[in-house]
Amino acid sequence: MSYPAASLDQVLEPSETEVLVRARALTKRFGSFTAVDGIDFDLYRGEAFGFLGPNGAGKSSTMRMIGCVSPPTSGDLSILGRDPVKDGSVIRARLGVVPQEDTLDMELSVRENLLVYGRYFGLPRRVIRDRTAELLEFVQLADRAKDKVEPLSGGLKRRLTIARSLINEPEILLLDEPTTGLDPQARHVVWDRLFRLKQRGVTLILTTHYMDEAEQLCDRLVVMDHGRFAAEGSPRDLIARYCSPEVLELRFDPDVQDTAADKLKDFSAERTEVLADRILLYVPDGDAALGAVRASGLEPLTSLVRRGTLEDVFLRLTGRRLED
Amino acid sequence: MTPIALAQPGWPFSSLSFRAFQCWLTVYRRIWRSSIWSMVLGPVCYLGALGFGLGSLVDKHSTASLGGVPYLAFLAPALLATGAMNAAVGEASYPVFGSLKWNRIYIGAQASPLRPAHIFRGHLMFMAMRIAMNCAVVVLVMWAFGAIRSAWVVLAYPAAVLTGLAFAAPIAAWAVTVTVDTSFNYIFRFVVMPLMLFSGTFFPLSQLPAGLRALAYATPLWHGVALCRAFSLGTAPRDPVGMLGHVAYLAVLAGVGIWAGARTYRRRLYV
Repeated sequence: MSYPAASLDQVLEPSETEVLVRARALTKRFGSFTAVDGIDFDLYRGEAFGFLGPNGAGKSSTMRMIGCVSPPTSGDLSILGRDPVKDGSVIRARLGVVPQEDTLDMELSVRENLLVYGRYFGLPRRVIRDRTAELLEFVQLADRAKDKVEPLSGGLKRRLTIARSLINEPEILLLDEPTTGLDPQARHVVWDRLFRLKQRGVTLILTTHYMDEAEQLCDRLVVMDHGRFAAEGSPRDLIARYCSPEVLELRFDPDVQDTAADKLKDFSAERTEVLADRILLYVPDGDAALGAVRASGLEPLTSLVRRGTLEDVFLRLTGRRLED
Repeated sequence: MTPIALAQPGWPFSSLSFRAFQCWLTVYRRIWRSSIWSMVLGPVCYLGALGFGLGSLVDKHSTASLGGVPYLAFLAPALLATGAMNAAVGEASYPVFGSLKWNRIYIGAQASPLRPAHIFRGHLMFMAMRIAMNCAVVVLVMWAFGAIRSAWVVLAYPAAVLTGLAFAAPIAAWAVTVTVDTSFNYIFRFVVMPLMLFSGTFFPLSQLPAGLRALAYATPLWHGVALCRAFSLGTAPRDPVGMLGHVAYLAVLAGVGIWAGARTYRRRLYV
């Protein structure tokens, strides 16, 4: 058994060949509801892998199965070469988990939270003390070590949760919506820390419904919908495959939007999408398309040319409907 | 880097449970001072008001039905057993529920090498410790009030702790399955209160009508009260088989709770 993967100041070369998590026809049912519907994937050492999808797509259920706290209903799952049902305890000793909602002990101090957690992993107090100093430095919480957790801001709590999840020097870090509910500053600090962990060779597996987060962090991702994979690839691949290089957003007077939409149908856009307040044209060249729109006699109130993003891919694959 | 002590698959379960217990100790270290006062206050009030106050009236009449001892000596060991039950119910109800829903200690622990059974046993160890602390305080208060009649009282202490465990283990095993915290009110109102009043605590069961008496004999608290009282009054050696019967009843109840808890915790935590 190779352990630990990396100390915090050591950089490992990611090996693309070593499969850490392998799933085949992985399925999770709750009664008659199928949360995860027969998915296949391989996750490699050193990569950052993202599960994207709307609420209820099956991301968290998949994460809980990888975290060995939710037995699969059917299919095969192997983590670090072991069976999560039989060897859950041994596998969890090598995982770090950042849950969707913090599970910190509010009554305890920042340092005590790490102590309790380190003891769960059977680490000697001296080791916990050394790592606590190192980890609090890493998440920029060293000056709050003695403070109680309760009054800390959401961003600080999240960083503490991340520090706590690293106390056992995990090979794989599972992050379930790591920045949901954080302000932009706090999100960027978390991204920065996660990126540094990845550089140090820690394999990151995360779920998110923030496309910018996925673009920032993930080498590879899957878009999940209704318990299945709607698409998979690198962020760049997915944009190339499911979106156009550029998007032209046009806003018309509400009275003329319908007629404008009719006219725009004849345009040679890859795809046209009519929303309540604007019309999107997916085109190779936004400026050229805007010129053509104007030449046809349509005069939008406002227009915007932007690059195709992962968000466009996401909305195309999972739809604009609202669930739950 | 320092070598790491990993959870080896062959390790005995007890050590993993002990890790969960340590978490509770760390939390308790913050509040133990305030908890001491509430532990002392309860038995002092009960023994003062009922043992001395009410007891002075009782003792003016014949105490033959009490076994010929002063009311204080009759009541005190029953309060020991009852205190163990109350401590057990207190530690095994809301704290178990809260560990899932409020501070989510169980959810955090679940992501570590601990299995649900360890999480349960670790918490149960802490409950046992709290019960043992409560009982120790009650024994000291009994001694200070002069309510102890025999050196056999040293066995009344473990008997009371066993009584507490006979409540804590099954209640914790059930509490982890509870989805709304108002369910606990039923336990307090329909189990704890009647048991406290009708288990030979404040008056001997011979005063109850025959039907109710049979019902009282079937309840766990009566066995705990009978056991503690026999040791505190020194009458235990006269009925060794009866004593063993009480111990067996309580041990079976605790054992069933420990067995069931490993299963209910697993079902609740591994969904």
